[in-house]
Amino acid sequence: MEHHAQFRTRWLVALLLAPQVLLVFTFFYWPAGAALFWAFTLEQPWGGGNAFVGFDNFTSLFADSFYWASVGRTIVFALASSCLAMGMALVLALFCDRQLRGYAYYRTALIWPYAVAAPAAAVAFRYVFAPEAGVFAGLNAMYPGLWNPAMSGTDAMIMIIIAYSWKFISYNFIFFLAGLQAIPRSLIEAAAMDGSGVLRRMRDIQLPLLTPTVFFLLVINITDSFVDSFGIIDITTEGGPAKATNLMVYKIYFDGFKGLDYSGAAAQSIVLMVLVMALTFVQFRYVERKIHYK
Amino acid sequence: MADISIRQVYKSYGRTEVVHGVDLDIHDGEFLVILGPSGCGKSTLLRMIAGLEAISAGDILIAAKRVNDLEPRQRGCAMVFQNYALYPHMSVAENIGYALKVAGIAKAERLRRIATVAATVGLGDFLDRLPAHLSGGQRQRVAMARAMIREPQVFLFDEPLSNLDAQLRVQMRIEIRRLHRRLATTSVFVTHDQIEAMTLADRLVVMNGGTIEQVGTPSEVYHRPASRFVGSFIGSPAMNFLAATIARPGIATIRAGHAIAFAETDFTAPPGTQVEIGIRPEDLIVTSPGTPDAIEMQVEFQEELGAGRLVHGRFAEQDFIVQLPAGHKPVASLSLFVLAPAQAVHVFDAQTGRSCRAAACSTGPA
Amino acid sequence: MIERTPVLNLVTHLILLFGLAVAFVPMWLVFTASSLTIQEINAPPISFIPGDQLLVNLTAAWQRAELGTKLLNSLIVALAVATGKILIASLTAFALVYFRFPARMLIFWMIFATLMLPLEVRIVPTYAVAANALAPLQAILDVSGLSALWAYVTGVNLVMEWNLLNSYTGLILPLVATATGTFLFRQFYMTIPPEIVEAARMDGVGPLRFLRDMLIPLSRTNMAALFTIMFIYAWNQYLWPLLITTDRKGYGTAVMELKRLIPTASTTGGGTPEWNVAMAGCLIVMLPPLVIVALMQRYFVRGLIAADK
Repeated sequence: MEHHAQFRTRWLVALLLAPQVLLVFTFFYWPAGAALFWAFTLEQPWGGGNAFVGFDNFTSLFADSFYWASVGRTIVFALASSCLAMGMALVLALFCDRQLRGYAYYRTALIWPYAVAAPAAAVAFRYVFAPEAGVFAGLNAMYPGLWNPAMSGTDAMIMIIIAYSWKFISYNFIFFLAGLQAIPRSLIEAAAMDGSGVLRRMRDIQLPLLTPTVFFLLVINITDSFVDSFGIIDITTEGGPAKATNLMVYKIYFDGFKGLDYSGAAAQSIVLMVLVMALTFVQFRYVERKIHYK
Repeated sequence: MADISIRQVYKSYGRTEVVHGVDLDIHDGEFLVILGPSGCGKSTLLRMIAGLEAISAGDILIAAKRVNDLEPRQRGCAMVFQNYALYPHMSVAENIGYALKVAGIAKAERLRRIATVAATVGLGDFLDRLPAHLSGGQRQRVAMARAMIREPQVFLFDEPLSNLDAQLRVQMRIEIRRLHRRLATTSVFVTHDQIEAMTLADRLVVMNGGTIEQVGTPSEVYHRPASRFVGSFIGSPAMNFLAATIARPGIATIRAGHAIAFAETDFTAPPGTQVEIGIRPEDLIVTSPGTPDAIEMQVEFQEELGAGRLVHGRFAEQDFIVQLPAGHKPVASLSLFVLAPAQAVHVFDAQTGRSCRAAACSTGPA
Repeated sequence: MIERTPVLNLVTHLILLFGLAVAFVPMWLVFTASSLTIQEINAPPISFIPGDQLLVNLTAAWQRAELGTKLLNSLIVALAVATGKILIASLTAFALVYFRFPARMLIFWMIFATLMLPLEVRIVPTYAVAANALAPLQAILDVSGLSALWAYVTGVNLVMEWNLLNSYTGLILPLVATATGTFLFRQFYMTIPPEIVEAARMDGVGPLRFLRDMLIPLSRTNMAALFTIMFIYAWNQYLWPLLITTDRKGYGTAVMELKRLIPTASTTGGGTPEWNVAMAGCLIVMLPPLVIVALMQRYFVRGLIAADK
């Protein structure tokens, strides 16, 4: 970067940076600051602004069993959807990378679901899993009540996990395939000369060399599942039934906008923010290492 | 056309100083080559002349005008870069003519000058090509043409030939020399290749560790190296070095008790001085066994060069190389006796590494 | 490489075909559903064979959700966000890579750190800012005493307000700041050999001319890649449009309107759910990003991989 930096015109730098800096300040840092402020204060019932309450908002949050239930569901959702999306994508990428006949078609076809809007996918899956009209309609006709996401919390959770993961299979597939193709062909050939077969090479050469990509995607998948699940939930279950799919991000929205509990929502925001930060930090460490390898 | 004065120029990045007070005068119309190993500060010095690096201390004057605070475009220099730095999205003609376009010169005039310059470097048929579709040599020519079209006061070359293959390099070297004969523009050429430096230079500057070791004609630098570093850096195979002590004027003794005579009028180190004797492999003469003070070298292996023969071996627990003239038959014995003529013996102070020559070639302004 | 593995090849194809099924079957079901009548769709088992009601259902969905207006809104927002992101990212990266100034690293990290603040974790206060985008400025002036000074000098109280709710500005502006885009451009600029900017300087070029003559023509591919992923990103936004538009009729976007088409107990009023119309709407709404991906597949994959590194 040092060699590139040839210009010094100060007013121009200010002009070039102003739009982004203003946007970032107004829509990122100021709201984040406001969330902090609300998380540590409480609005007075008879007006008079906010009073500082220290960690009270957090204490009551952590004492709330509904909150912990929500945290638990978020973890279940994050792990299940990440494993599903990454596992399928990894298998598909490993076999697609064999570049047999039709390779280009498989590749193209497996990429496109990523372009489908999460809410549109959610609408689609809500239909596909609708008890009266979807794939389980036939079974439901024979055994009434076997599958109903509107009644059963487990069914609802399964539905949002599948609807959410569907799109991320594509996303992970793109990265796994890119990672596999970055492995020098000569390594595969050397292993073949050493007498290693296709599956053995996957296990001994490709998977170990893919570890950085796996790790990178795992962090991304978990982080995204914390925040990106909102659209899916709002369209399919709205947190129900009986709060069975009320994940952390949806609870923030619900408590803030429907319950108008700004301080409680802000405290939850801060907790989620800290989680995202921790994960991003882990990823930074990883990015740093990767730069080192180059 | 212009001369360049460099006065006590320093360059530091943060706390690291990479150029330590360089003084140099480059004459109007001369072809000056700066030679040195990588990291010696030669490119930094060139880039300070160009205006691409700020000068930390000292002054640079081009045509007697201080240019420290001038933008590159105001200095009247044109530069040829090591990787050519051609604009990848512009055709050959656009690349060559870009400086004129920026300067606001009318299109007709621009096209005329592009055609002239392109013809000079033999690119007339390639004007519409993109750089990606040119060979290495052709890219090099575009870079040259781009520098020439501005009719600059000074040409700056930053290792422009190092990306070419050996054959093309020789050819471009000749073309650069021919061009300079015709245009006679002051040129500063930075390289780490000693052959390039010796063949191109009117005068040669050898740099090491951010300072100038020696300034002189290629012949002076080769025959009268001002320091051990210059002696070792120039010449191939490299100079042999032997630790010795001055016994009396004109005679030094090597540890083994051998005496070596040197041209005493040249060197003025007092007796007892610890020195290093430098002898070029091609200066050594084979003599018969038993000659007094002959160097007896243990022969290890030999290399046939066609134009000569290299004998590698050991003497005084060090590697030692002798170059035999063409036609000399292979050495059959296990040891070889050689003598160094007094005028071919270089004497360097063991402490400072400087030559003990009385009137050693100046390091400052000539 | 000569490798004869017929059985494994068959297995490979089977696995990949299963992958294709996973990718395509849900969307195929959407398609067949949107071509059936309301009776057909509610008669189990689920049909994999399309009917003849596609146009009828598409029309119904189009009218019921006013998709004409909504698609236009989505298009305006997606185009503006994608263009804005490219513009802002390229300029910011240009300043960060090609200029030397004191706060360079600070600003780089300030932009980069926004990756840790996704909209979902700052949703309530961001909504508050959108209700008055000048509130931060007002607060700064109030605290610093400049407002009081102004009131003292002019006799008028300083009240600044800029409401972004129910406006294109509100839909677009908060989405335009981009750490990934800036990072992408920064990475790209750094792959351009530094000698290019040096040669340009020797040729007498200043910063703006360098941007115009060199960087913009050289970054065309990057811009296409970023445009593709950002268009899709903006088109698929759900949460932000949901918050900032209370006037759904005028400013609703297509993706958020989808929810209105879903048959629920309250909308059907006990009647038969019209999944066929909902799926027709779904089909229309997800089509534009798919067209973009189909046309720009090369850029899409490239942009996606580069942006998330």
